[in-house]
Amino acid sequence: MFNLGGFLDLPLIWYGLIATAIFLYVLLDGFDLGVGILFPFAPSNSCRDRIMNSVAPFWDGNETWLVLGGGGLFAAFPLAYAIVMPALYMPVILMLLGLIFRGVAFEFRFKATGRSRRFWDYSFHFGSLVATFMQGMVLGAFVQGIKVQGRSFAGGAFDWLDAYSVMVGMALVFGYALLGATWLIMKTDGITQDWARKCAQYVLGYVAIFIGIVSISMPVMNADVKTLWFSIPNIFYLLPIPLATLVMFVMNWRNLHKGHEYSPFFLSIGIFLAGYLGLGISLFPWLVPFAVSFRQAAAAPESQSLLLVGTVVLLPLILGYVAYCYYIFRGKTSDEALY
Amino acid sequence: MIAAFDPVLLARIQFAFTVAFHITFPAFTIGLASWLAVLEWRWLSTHNAVYEEVYRMWVKIFAVTFGMGVVSGVVMSFQFGTNWSVFADRAGNVLGPLLGYEVLTAFFLEASFLGVMLFGWNRVGPKMHFAATLIVAVGTLFSAFWILSANSWMQTPQGFRVGSNGLLYPTNWIKVIFNPSFPYRFFHMVTASYLTTAFVVGGIAAYYLRHNRHVKHARIMLGMAMIMAIFVSPFQAVLGDMHGLNTLKYQPAKIAAIEGIWNTERGAALRLFGWPDQAEEKTKYAIEIPKLSSLILTHSLNGEVKGLKAWPKDDRPPSVWVFWAFRIMVGLGILMIFTGVTAAVLFFRKQLFSKPWFQRWCMVMTPAGFAAVLAGWFVTEIGRQPYVVYGVVRTAKAASPVIGSQLTMSLLAFIFTYVFIFGAGSYYIIRLIGKGPGDSEKAYGAHGMKEPPLFTDSASEKGGKHV
Repeated sequence: MFNLGGFLDLPLIWYGLIATAIFLYVLLDGFDLGVGILFPFAPSNSCRDRIMNSVAPFWDGNETWLVLGGGGLFAAFPLAYAIVMPALYMPVILMLLGLIFRGVAFEFRFKATGRSRRFWDYSFHFGSLVATFMQGMVLGAFVQGIKVQGRSFAGGAFDWLDAYSVMVGMALVFGYALLGATWLIMKTDGITQDWARKCAQYVLGYVAIFIGIVSISMPVMNADVKTLWFSIPNIFYLLPIPLATLVMFVMNWRNLHKGHEYSPFFLSIGIFLAGYLGLGISLFPWLVPFAVSFRQAAAAPESQSLLLVGTVVLLPLILGYVAYCYYIFRGKTSDEALY
Repeated sequence: MIAAFDPVLLARIQFAFTVAFHITFPAFTIGLASWLAVLEWRWLSTHNAVYEEVYRMWVKIFAVTFGMGVVSGVVMSFQFGTNWSVFADRAGNVLGPLLGYEVLTAFFLEASFLGVMLFGWNRVGPKMHFAATLIVAVGTLFSAFWILSANSWMQTPQGFRVGSNGLLYPTNWIKVIFNPSFPYRFFHMVTASYLTTAFVVGGIAAYYLRHNRHVKHARIMLGMAMIMAIFVSPFQAVLGDMHGLNTLKYQPAKIAAIEGIWNTERGAALRLFGWPDQAEEKTKYAIEIPKLSSLILTHSLNGEVKGLKAWPKDDRPPSVWVFWAFRIMVGLGILMIFTGVTAAVLFFRKQLFSKPWFQRWCMVMTPAGFAAVLAGWFVTEIGRQPYVVYGVVRTAKAASPVIGSQLTMSLLAFIFTYVFIFGAGSYYIIRLIGKGPGDSEKAYGAHGMKEPPLFTDSASEKGGKHV
């Protein structure tokens, strides 16, 4: 049967593809979840309308990357999917519930009036906040490792809950808030932009602190990670990542204060990319940390081959029309004086 | 007390609840997307503003429905792992790529172009806007293709082998994707979606006509809806019959449960109504039509129909649910055909838009499609029990190692959330219906704003061309 496994390292390719899909999800839904986190702090209702309009055409597509991440994991690494989902049962369910409350708010909010509109405002905010916090906790639990026996999760119902995962949850809230604030600087002007700029300056410091804590704690918690990063010659190859992160923080800080409109968003993306690379390198080759590697979890080569053909054809197409949609809605979002 | 519940049962209830809730939205949006494309095409080719106003009203309803469909669908993509991890592990090699293709070919297409469809009015030209509507409509059909292929494979699996650890491996993708029940299920479901939409649209049009509101719009809506009822609902009956014969070939136990037949018999009677009693192994209080079951299923008066007793007790589906859900589905189908025939007669008498009793009837039929779709899915999903992959993986052995109390909590959370969200969504849809099409003030996009969400274009500010 059809099998590309003979001349392609399919598990590695899929590991890369899934990692890319999750990263795109983190970036794209990151800014619209971040917008939701900052939402109630906006100076006026008209600002909030505008904020909502700036992400309304995109949120649905952004969330699709999560479905691709989940669906892709199921398709390419069913074993990892079958272990990770029960292990992180509660945070995943809570994340989904959060996403429901914020997702419907886009449609309901503009149809509601008075008090009920306020309700959907809060639904949007708390839904975004809960979804983000739970994603962070999932990450926090994930990097600490998952207990596995045979082909199943073998830990308890609350393994995911500890101080560290709470800390990572908070870190992600600030991280997404940074993406959201810098997105708004780019997409709005006037008082909304001024406010977004203040938010970005404020959260940038917190993001730096949290990235610092996570970067230090990873090698402290895990000896393998420590040797990976600090042994010679690895340290020389890997040093550019923390250095680049530092440079991007400094530039972002300067550009935010100088009044740049576009660069803060892209620098924030850069910071996320560096952090994500760092995590990826630390966790390689684990797909279920420290129990199942991506090779062990790989689906049959026939399955990975079939989907790979589709992905090679369709993914560039998808990226193309997603970019086209962003292009259609380019420029600043509606003026607040209209409302 | 909570822990006393069987985790598999809880996982099943949760899946049934979330998927039943979810399916009502696609069932409506698949039909609605295609209809919106037809409306926009009519509008662009006739320049009749009434079509535009009808489109603009329904696109808002589409947006609300689609939004609820998206958020409840994201939940589904995680449920295989959270509640059915053993199934996910065993069947992942086969089903994973099919679901992956659904995301790649359909979800991105729908999500991206929905944005253009809703907010792109003054950002793209009318042709591009029409293209966006068309792409969304095609996307919904792609989505139905893959998810129904995956579901059908679980009903009539083929093209795979069982490997170590009980894992299923694909051996022939064409056989997997185009498994025996797939073509029937696909056409049956898509047709069902079209009919669901038609009866919703027809019911609301009848409501407007009865109250003498938006008459021009309502005539178009009712007319188009009744075209579907006249031509498509009898076609659906034919498709349903073909699907049934396919089921008889591959899942005879499901048919036995549908028919309420316990003993294998020749010249089996059709049990119109009755109460299949699982303990006593017979259908009580049955009202029968002699020989009809054999005639329908084998196309011969004395054909043999297998009864449920031909299978061991723990290989039989729960017969009461299957029996009654089937009768609800078929009953609603007959009412739809009846509606179509009546509409045709009234049309030739030039009374289609004027008979109050027919308007009342159409209003009653508004939710008929939803009820029939749900009943149909109950038939097919309960009817394939006790298997999740028919004949290969038992449902009882497919669940996650998640404890009952967690499942109970999440089930309650889903019920609360969905009832609340569904209530709010329905309320806003009813308000949109109350407002009706063709407001003098132009409502833009999905958000019912008085003005278009003006995206001050940087190009236009500099005096450039505004897209």
